[in-house]
Amino acid sequence: MLITCPYCGPRDVIEFSYQGDGNRARPQPASQNLDAWNAYVYDRLNPAGDHNEIWQHSGGCRAHLRVVRNTLTHEISSTTFARGDHKSAARHKAEGKS
Amino acid sequence: MSPRRSDAGGRIDRLRTIRFIFDGAPYTGHAGDTLASALLANGVSLFGRSFKYHRPRGVLSAGVEEPNALVTVLRGEVREPNIAATMIEIYDGLTAVSQNRFPSLSWDVGAVNQLGGKVLSAGFYYKTFMGPVFGPLKGTRFWMFCEHFIRRAAGLGRAGTAPDTARYERMNAFCDVLVVGSGPAGLIAAKAATDQGARVILAELEPHFGGSANWSGEVIDDMPAADWAARTAGQLEGHDNVRLLPRTTVWGYYDGNTLAALERVTDHKETPGKGEPRHRYWTIRAKTVVLATGSFERPLVFPGNDRPGVMLAHAAERYANEYGVLPGDRIALFTNNDSAYRAALALKKAGAAIVAVVDVRPELSSEMRELAGEAEAEILSGHAVVATEGGKALSGFKVQRFDMESGALSGDARSIHADCLLMSGGWSPTIHLASQAGARAEWNEALQAFLPPKPTQKWIGAGAFNGHFKTLEAILDGRNAGLSAVGATGTPMAYPSIESLPGDPRPAPVFEIKAAGKSFVDFQHDVTAEDVRLAHREGFISVEHLKRYTTLGMATDQGKNSNIPGLAIMAEALGKPIPEVGTTRFRPPYSAVSIGSLAAERFGDIKPERLTPMHDWHIANGATMYAAGLWYRPMIYGLSGETIEQAYVREAKATRESAGIVDVSTLGKIAMQGPDAAEFLDRVYTNMFSTLAVGKARYGLMLREDGLAFDDGTTWRLGEQDFLMTTTTANAGKVMQHLEYYLDVIWPELKVHVTSVTDEWAGAAIGGPKARAILAACVTGTAVDNATLPFMGIVRGKIAGVPVMICRLSFSGEMAFEVYCGAGYGTHVWEALVEAGKPFGLVTYGLEALGTMRIEKGHVTGAEIDGRTTARDLHLDWMLSRKKPFIGSAMMDREGLIAPDRLELVGLIALDNRPLNGGAHVVEVLDEANPHDSIGHITACCYSPALGKHIALALIKGGKARHGSRAFVSDPLRNRFGPIEIVSNHFYDPDGSRMHG
Repeated sequence: MLITCPYCGPRDVIEFSYQGDGNRARPQPASQNLDAWNAYVYDRLNPAGDHNEIWQHSGGCRAHLRVVRNTLTHEISSTTFARGDHKSAARHKAEGKS
Repeated sequence: MSPRRSDAGGRIDRLRTIRFIFDGAPYTGHAGDTLASALLANGVSLFGRSFKYHRPRGVLSAGVEEPNALVTVLRGEVREPNIAATMIEIYDGLTAVSQNRFPSLSWDVGAVNQLGGKVLSAGFYYKTFMGPVFGPLKGTRFWMFCEHFIRRAAGLGRAGTAPDTARYERMNAFCDVLVVGSGPAGLIAAKAATDQGARVILAELEPHFGGSANWSGEVIDDMPAADWAARTAGQLEGHDNVRLLPRTTVWGYYDGNTLAALERVTDHKETPGKGEPRHRYWTIRAKTVVLATGSFERPLVFPGNDRPGVMLAHAAERYANEYGVLPGDRIALFTNNDSAYRAALALKKAGAAIVAVVDVRPELSSEMRELAGEAEAEILSGHAVVATEGGKALSGFKVQRFDMESGALSGDARSIHADCLLMSGGWSPTIHLASQAGARAEWNEALQAFLPPKPTQKWIGAGAFNGHFKTLEAILDGRNAGLSAVGATGTPMAYPSIESLPGDPRPAPVFEIKAAGKSFVDFQHDVTAEDVRLAHREGFISVEHLKRYTTLGMATDQGKNSNIPGLAIMAEALGKPIPEVGTTRFRPPYSAVSIGSLAAERFGDIKPERLTPMHDWHIANGATMYAAGLWYRPMIYGLSGETIEQAYVREAKATRESAGIVDVSTLGKIAMQGPDAAEFLDRVYTNMFSTLAVGKARYGLMLREDGLAFDDGTTWRLGEQDFLMTTTTANAGKVMQHLEYYLDVIWPELKVHVTSVTDEWAGAAIGGPKARAILAACVTGTAVDNATLPFMGIVRGKIAGVPVMICRLSFSGEMAFEVYCGAGYGTHVWEALVEAGKPFGLVTYGLEALGTMRIEKGHVTGAEIDGRTTARDLHLDWMLSRKKPFIGSAMMDREGLIAPDRLELVGLIALDNRPLNGGAHVVEVLDEANPHDSIGHITACCYSPALGKHIALALIKGGKARHGSRAFVSDPLRNRFGPIEIVSNHFYDPDGSRMHG
C-alpha cells in the first residue's frame, strides 16, 4: 500500500503508523458525559468500504494525515493533513471565547 | 556418456562433467543439468516415496510444478528438505537424499500402507483416531498418543536442527514495468518496454531466459528458438534501464502493485562468491506488471498414473531438447489434445522408439495423423489407458476402447510394452499471481481452462497466460503488453517468421478414465479420484471444503497439477459444469520461500542497535551488557568470580553506603517549547505543571484516554516556555507519538513544539550519601549545596570544562542527582565523575542494582504500569489533580476502575528466605497439586541488601487492606511454593529522609 503524504509524496505504508479511526470526536476536555467519552474511546464503525483514518508519517515528516481508505480494496481516495480540518480546532477557539 | 544421453543437442555442456551424490551413491552429470535431468540420464527412475501410501514415485515434470521428486539437500550440517529435483542445478559436490522412506528408497517398510489403501482414504486420520470417550486416553489424548507415530510414517522431508549459517538479504526495487516470466511473450514485452526507455525488471524463475523457447524445437526469425531467446536476452542485458533477474520467483502479488520475489543467488554454486547472500528477497513496486507466466500441462487421471516412468509429455520433450536426455527407450503417449504429438516427434528425433499414441478422441486431424506417422507411432484413437504395470519402473500399460461422451470402456484390454508413458491432459494458464491480485478466474469452455479475467490491479497478461498458446500469438501479445505498459502505441512491425508444428490448442473435455485401481489427482498428497468422490458423498462439496478435507492441492503443489482435474471430478459428481463449482483462490506464496529470506537483516549481526555515548567505557570496564529493546545497557559490572547476584548486591550496598553512578542516557527525552507548553503539560499529565517554577523539576504521570496508567517520568522547567520531559526507556517512542497526536490532531491551536532529544543528551545518575560531596569536588560554576540545589532543583555548571545540567532527583531513594551533558561529551563527563568519586568509594552500577533499589523503594516501572493498572492501583492517586481536566480524567473513575477488588501494588517478603520469581501467583490457600484462586502476581523481585531478605513487588487483590497478612507464592512451572508476608511497597526509608537529606 502506498500513502501519498502531502509533504513527502507517495511512500510505502511501512513508513506510516495507524493512529486510529478518524471519525472519533473528542468531547470537550471538561465534559462529564460518560456516553460521549465511551463513544470516543470505544465505538468504531468498521465499515466495508470507505473509512476515514488517521495515519502518522512516523518514518518521515511525522505529520498526521487524514486518509480515506477503502477497506475492501485498500484504495486510498484522499489524503490531507489532519490538523487542517479538524473540528476540535474551531470548537476550542469557540470555547476560549465563551 | 550414459545410455540415456544423446550425443548432441540441448543446452548442457558435455565437456564439463559434474560429480554429485544422491542417496549416498556417486553420479555424474553435465554443466546445465538439473538434478532430475542428471539422474534420468543415469537411468534413475525412482526419486521418492509418496506422502501417504509410500508408493514409489518418479519425476513427473521438468519444472517448478514437480510434486514427486522432492529431495533434501545437505550442505554441511544444514539440511533443506522438499526441494524439487527439477529445480536444483547440479554443482560439484552436491549432496541430496530422497525422502519419506525407511530404511532405503528402493526397499521401504512404509510401502505396506499400499495394502491398506481402502482404509487410508480421505479423512482417515480424523475418523480413526478420535479415541475413546473415557479412560486415560480419552478424546484428544488418544490422538496425541497416535500422532507421534503417524507423523513419522507420513509426510515429506525432515527439517534439520543445525542453525542455518547462510546470509540472506532484502532489496527494494522500483520500476515502470515488471515482466514476470521470460518465455517469448515475456522477452518481447521486456524488449518493447525497454526500447521505449522505461525502467524494466525481467524476472525468470529458471536459470536461463527463454521459457518454452529453450525446448520447443521451433525456429524464430530463421534461428533455433533457444538461440533467438538467448540473443534477445543478450540485447536486453546491454541496456542500463533494464534489470535481469534469473533464478527469481515472483511469489506474491500485493496491494498497490507491490510484488514479492525470491532470488536464489548461490544455491547453484559450490561455494558462494564473496559477500553474496544465499537468497535475496525482493520487494518490487511496479507501475505496471506484465504477467507472462505461461501455463502448466495437466496430468490425466487414470489407474496407476503415478508409476515411475509416467511423465508429462512436454516434460519429456524438454528433457530431450534441453538436456539431451531420453526418459525412456520405448515411449508411448496418452493424450486428449494435439500438443503431445509434437513431443512424440521430438523424442523420436532424439532417438527413442515411439510405440503408440493413445488419444481419447475418436477423430484426429490429418496433421496429427501425419505427425504420428512421422514418429512411426501406432495411433490408438478413441482409446484410453486403463492400467500401468511395473514396480519401481514402468514395464507396460493396458489400453481399452473409450467412449469420450459417456466415459465408458469397452472391448478387451490390450497390453503394450513401454518403459515410459507420457500424458497430456491439456494446458492451464499459470494465473496464480493474477488470482492473488484479486481477480476471479473465468472458465473457457473451448480451452477447458480457467483464464485470467479483467485485471483488478495494473497488470497486463501476455502469451500462454492469456490462453494464447502459439508462439506467434505470444510474441504479438508480448509486444502489445510491453508497449501499452508504458503507454506507447505500437508502430506496425513485420511479423516474426516462426516455424512450428501444427496443433489445435483445444483439448477434449476428458480428465479421468474410470477403471479399477488408484487414480491420482494430487500426487504430492496421495489424493485419488475416489477420495474426491468420497468427499462429495460426505458433503464436502464446496471447493474450499474439498481442498481442506482431502488436502488436494496443498503443500508445495498449490494446485499447480491437481487443481483442474480435482475440480472436474467434483463437478461430475455434483452433476454441474466446472465454472459453477468454481475454483479456489490462489494465495501467496506461488512456490516455497525460505524463512531466512523473510527474516533477512532483522536477524543476526545486521540488526540495528542503540548504544549510549558511554557504551565503550562500560565494555572496557567489565560491564555485562543487557539488551533492552534496541538499547544495550550495563546489567552489572562484575568482578572476577562474582555471580550476578553477588555483583548487584555489592553495587546496591555500596551505593547506599557511599555512592553509585549509573548510565541513564537511554531515558526518553523530549524538548517541549512554546507559549502553550505549560498548558499542554497540564492536559497530558495528571498533575499540575503550569505552577512549576523555572529551574525546578516535577514527577509526572500520564494516563491513556481510557483512564489507565500510561507512563511516568520527570519534567524539568528550564525556562518560562521551555521544558525537558523525560520518559521511561521503553515508552520513549510511544510518548512522543502520543504528544504529537494531540498537538496535530486534537489541539492544533496549541502553540507548542515537541522534539525528541533522547540521542542529544548523555545522562548519568549519581546517588548515595557521598553523592553531593563528589559533585562538589568536580562541578564548577555553581554550588551544589542544599540551598542552591534543593530536592527537585536544577542548576547549570561545568564538569571538566563541559557544560552540564544537574537536577536533584532520586530513583534509588538516596540523595541523588541526574547529570546531563551533550552526548558527544558523555564519556568525558562520566570519566570525570568516576575519577572525582574514587576517594569517596563511588561504584558504577547496572540495571540489576538499579532495579533492586527501586524495588526497595517501591517505585513503579513498566512491569507495574502494564496497561491494566490505574493510578489508584499503584497508589499514585495523590497525583490526580481535581482542579483541571487531563487525558484520561473523564474515564478513570468508571465503576470497574475503582472497584475494591482490583489488583493493587503491595510488597512481599519471602518468609522461607528463598528467592521469589517474577510472574509467580499469590494464593491464600496453598494447593501444590491443583493450584487455584490466585489473588495476584509478582511483578518484580530481588534480594534486598538493605533488608537482608528476598522481596518482591506484586499486584494483589485488595492491596493495602492485606498489609501485614500472610499468603503463599504458588509457581508450579518453576516448582516454587512457600509462605510470604504482604507488606507496603515502600520497603526502605518510607518517609524519604535519605533522599531529602
